[in-house]
Amino acid sequence: MTAQHTESDRSTTGELFVSSARARRIMRAERFANATELIGVWLLALLWIAPLAYVFWAAFRRTDVALTFQPFTGWTFDNIITVWGMAPFGRFYYNTILLVVGLSAGQIILGCLAAYAFTRYRFPLHNLMFTLVLLQLMIFPEVLLGENFRLVASLGLADTLRGIGLPYLASAFFIFLLRQTFKSVPVELVEAAEVEGAGRLEILWKVYVPIARPTIIAFGLVSISFHWNNFLWPLVITQSVEARPITVGIYRFLSPEIGINFTALTAGTVITVLPLLALFLVAQRAFIQNFLRAGIK
Amino acid sequence: MATSSDPAAVGPAEAVTPEVTPGGDPWARRSFLAPLRRVPNSVFAWALILPAMVILLGFSVVPMITTVWASLQEPGIGDSIGPANYERMINDPVFRQSLRNNLVFSLVTVPVSLAIAMLMAVLVDREIRARGFLRMALFTPAMLPVIAAAAIFLAFYQPNFGLINVIAQSIGVPRQNWLGDPSTVLPSLMVVMIWKEAGFFMLFYLAGLQTISPELNEASTLEGTGRWTHFRRVTFPLLMPTTLFTSIVGVANSFKQVDFIFVMTQGGPNNASNLLLYNIYLQAFPNRNPDYAAAMTVVLVSILVALAVIQIRMFDRRIHYR
Repeated sequence: MTAQHTESDRSTTGELFVSSARARRIMRAERFANATELIGVWLLALLWIAPLAYVFWAAFRRTDVALTFQPFTGWTFDNIITVWGMAPFGRFYYNTILLVVGLSAGQIILGCLAAYAFTRYRFPLHNLMFTLVLLQLMIFPEVLLGENFRLVASLGLADTLRGIGLPYLASAFFIFLLRQTFKSVPVELVEAAEVEGAGRLEILWKVYVPIARPTIIAFGLVSISFHWNNFLWPLVITQSVEARPITVGIYRFLSPEIGINFTALTAGTVITVLPLLALFLVAQRAFIQNFLRAGIK
Repeated sequence: MATSSDPAAVGPAEAVTPEVTPGGDPWARRSFLAPLRRVPNSVFAWALILPAMVILLGFSVVPMITTVWASLQEPGIGDSIGPANYERMINDPVFRQSLRNNLVFSLVTVPVSLAIAMLMAVLVDREIRARGFLRMALFTPAMLPVIAAAAIFLAFYQPNFGLINVIAQSIGVPRQNWLGDPSTVLPSLMVVMIWKEAGFFMLFYLAGLQTISPELNEASTLEGTGRWTHFRRVTFPLLMPTTLFTSIVGVANSFKQVDFIFVMTQGGPNNASNLLLYNIYLQAFPNRNPDYAAAMTVVLVSILVALAVIQIRMFDRRIHYR
């Protein structure tokens, strides 16, 4: 009885909307599209991760078996150990970490202050100053290589970590991004804080910054990766091993001219990327979530 | 508030009820920042932007001006001013080639990486199994140092043992010296750039997709709109603001990202992979010719600013879909 009832129901709905044959065709097309997309995205993802996976494979293989596929023999740490012994990588790591931590902290603090002023206050030359910030989105310190070198050298900061970091201490990108986020802070919250007697800096710290947390975290991680990876400016401004970050330090080992073999090349690559990669694997979920929540408006 | 308006809660030295004090502010008395409150808003705002502006102006506007000044120096002793560096530049085949290479490089890599990034974002935005892994796989190359990515691809492109030739041979394509041949070297570098950039832009598109309201998807489903039509008519136009942003970042990157040339080709063979900023570096440092490099920098900066203005104008017309 009930079975019959549902049967008739279904046929009525079928007539009302689309014929059942057409519905089936749409369903089939949908399923086909789903399958195609799934295969496509997996192919794309594997293609994108394959070069890196291959490097991690080759870095731990004996030279004579590096190019063969024998997953059960030939594993070794020798490549890493050999390359590690060829240069003061401890020093390079120390420099890079100091640089990256100092720069992201500096950029976040200076950026919060500036974005707050641009969002909340009208002040003399407001628009001109903001236009100048926008200009920096295109003109990075490394574009003006020669003159920035002269400038930093004249400040006596050539060949120092501070000299590498100083031109990047304020990020226009971050000020721009954070201003967009700050604009979304409800005016009622700010007024409530004012009624409670909070000062101007207190409102920044207790109202704006907590709301902008996703933006700040996402930018912090992008900044860490940017400065971990930065190469051209540190190459130009440093001469001695003591001041060099990892990218400049490893550079010599990445060119094939010095007769280095393939496995050593991959081992050098692994040494350069491993700490950063580890950080991102750990922070991956939080990073992507914060990035998506931060958005760009 | 309740406690501070209660006189009993205030110390004996502050026996006045805060509400009656002129400009009554119960926190001001206690805070060591109290004098700060009397600073007018405009001065306060300037104090906030000052540190950032000093850095931003100091390392871009000031050097931009000195770059123009340096580019106008006539070669030789004394400080006469003239267009000699610009004349030299126009007649310099290496400069012209590096500029041409860079334009081709940008025109190909920016649209291709944006298209791939958009495709990636749409594919991994839906609820699918292993979404976290897929996103990570697509995004990881963007986090690598460019010189490390360059080293990886340098190995792949090697004429003898390189993976790409091994694959090429197995499908019947003859071996090639990818980085040694002027006709293949630039496309080979483009591949690296696209591989490196697409995942980064995917994140921006994913963020953009989160702002599109789900009702639009539901409406399309109800009306039986095909996916391609939905993408073309709904998703793509609504992602326009993101596309504006990523294309500006992408163009800027395509002009300032030259790290992989250091590892892979040193601009060769025969300047076929020489890009503008790499050429500037060569002139400024190894060749010790900073004034000539300054003239080329002026060209580079003008291109970057002009492109940004054009892009903003162009997209302004289309973004009104919102």
